[in-house]
Amino acid sequence: MSDLNDAIQSVLEKTPSGINGLDEVTGGGLPAGRPTLVCGGPGSGKTLVGLSFLVNGARQFGESGVLMSFEESVAELAGDVASLGFDLPGLIAEGKLLIDYVHIDRSEIEETGDYDLEGLFVRLDHAVRSVGAKRVVLDTVESLFGGLANEGVLRAELRRLLRWLKDRHLTTVITGERGRDTLTRQGLEEYVTDAVILLDHRVREELSTRRLRIVKYRGSYHGTNEYPFLIDRHGLSVLPITSLGLNHEAPTERLSSGVPTLDALLDGKGFYRGSTVLLSGTAGTGKTSLAASFAAASCRRGERCAYFLLEESPQQMIRNMRSIGLDLAEWSERGLLHLHADRPSRFGLEAHLAAMFRAVDELRPEAIVVDSIADLVTLGGEAEVRGMLVRLIDYLKMRGVTVLFTSLSPGAVELQESQAGVSSLMDAWILLTLERAGDDRHRQIAVLKSRGMAHSSHVHDFTMTARGLQIAAAEG
Amino acid sequence: MSQHAAKEQLVQPERFVLRLYIAGQTPKCVRAFTNLKRICEEHLADRYRIEIIDLLQNPQLARGDQILAVPTLVRQLPAPVKKIIGDLSNTERVLVGLDLRRA
Repeated sequence: MSDLNDAIQSVLEKTPSGINGLDEVTGGGLPAGRPTLVCGGPGSGKTLVGLSFLVNGARQFGESGVLMSFEESVAELAGDVASLGFDLPGLIAEGKLLIDYVHIDRSEIEETGDYDLEGLFVRLDHAVRSVGAKRVVLDTVESLFGGLANEGVLRAELRRLLRWLKDRHLTTVITGERGRDTLTRQGLEEYVTDAVILLDHRVREELSTRRLRIVKYRGSYHGTNEYPFLIDRHGLSVLPITSLGLNHEAPTERLSSGVPTLDALLDGKGFYRGSTVLLSGTAGTGKTSLAASFAAASCRRGERCAYFLLEESPQQMIRNMRSIGLDLAEWSERGLLHLHADRPSRFGLEAHLAAMFRAVDELRPEAIVVDSIADLVTLGGEAEVRGMLVRLIDYLKMRGVTVLFTSLSPGAVELQESQAGVSSLMDAWILLTLERAGDDRHRQIAVLKSRGMAHSSHVHDFTMTARGLQIAAAEG
Repeated sequence: MSQHAAKEQLVQPERFVLRLYIAGQTPKCVRAFTNLKRICEEHLADRYRIEIIDLLQNPQLARGDQILAVPTLVRQLPAPVKKIIGDLSNTERVLVGLDLRRA
């Protein structure tokens, strides 16, 4: 069975879309020389998927393209995507892209007897030859149904068009408007049988979230999940990458947590490189201080660390950490520490995730800190956040990046339950608490788990001093 | 010239410039031309000109003139431009499309 799958896979040629993440989740791109249906509601990003496919084809893969646009003129399209860095007029001038705006207005057309759509074929053929196109986008061919009355002719011609495209081995994206109970209003999915991608755009609590799902991909392995995707100034990205699975390396090298007395609790050696650490506790227990110590330790080794702040500004963070003897400004100036501050509510979940992926791609840090993931939970349901963390963790493990998440837990009691979902993803879980002792409250720390090492199972006293963090040896 | 056509000429003296877009000599296209010729002779005698454009020979014109369906008849003159698609087998619809008869 799996041999058969492998055989099919190797035969099935793919054309990279060049869209961040989409080629990963489709195992290489769209079916080469065949049509793919991209459907979704208004504003779901269909046209942009099509345009990215063409622009990337021309810029990255040396393949020219043709866009038959049934809805927007060349000027309108060029204006829409200029902010994403797509220079359509430039590509057109270089002869790498041809846009044919097909305008149909039913009120201007009288139908008298038998006809076919040979004019459309002539136009497409001429356009494909003019630029030597390998890629074609039809956006959206359903407009024909609004413009012409004879549905029988349209359906027959659509079928002929798809055969025509396949015969010429053109890799084609056909967009379609989502129907009420069907993938597309005009049932285009009947004609396009090779691959179907569904886009979805929801607005929840004033935050927009976009999702992409591969409904069908004949003869190829594909992820069946919904993937978040986003549209920003870098264009369109699909956030994968769960398909990576659990095949990453498991380094044996150990890294200091930045607090020698904490390392002592961790088998005397600290965390594993490439592991995922959760640091949770109630307010004021010292999570950020511990996380900052970890970040500084990473810089001290000459390694880069990206620190995502979701609660305070970099300036505030730098000032506060001076009180425990950490000079983060120095590491920041030396280019080893990168502080990224973003209010969680400014973006949707996927935008945060994308920012993290991008930082990892650009900086190639050895460690990252997310402070805190509790802020992200406010943006999505627990399942969504968990899904996002799985993607991020997979991605980081692949690259051997050590990651530390902090998490605010509402109270000591509910804590273990409320974070059960997230904690199973973590290799190590450290809990910080405040205990009352008479009139005083003092901090305590415990290693709840740490995979692959003999860690302390005691609760330890934990103090913050001007010379750093101190953890006392086990209580009696 | 029939009496009927002569009367029309009095109220509507414009010349008609008609362009028929075809794609090769297919039965549909041949039929469209035959029908057009007949309708023009009956209703526009002496004041029409038919230009035939074969898109297989001039493919670039399909884009320029926004042609999708074949055959397509375009009334270039008198303005405004009108499009009639099909083999022109329904004379009534053709006359309506050319503004020679009210719908």
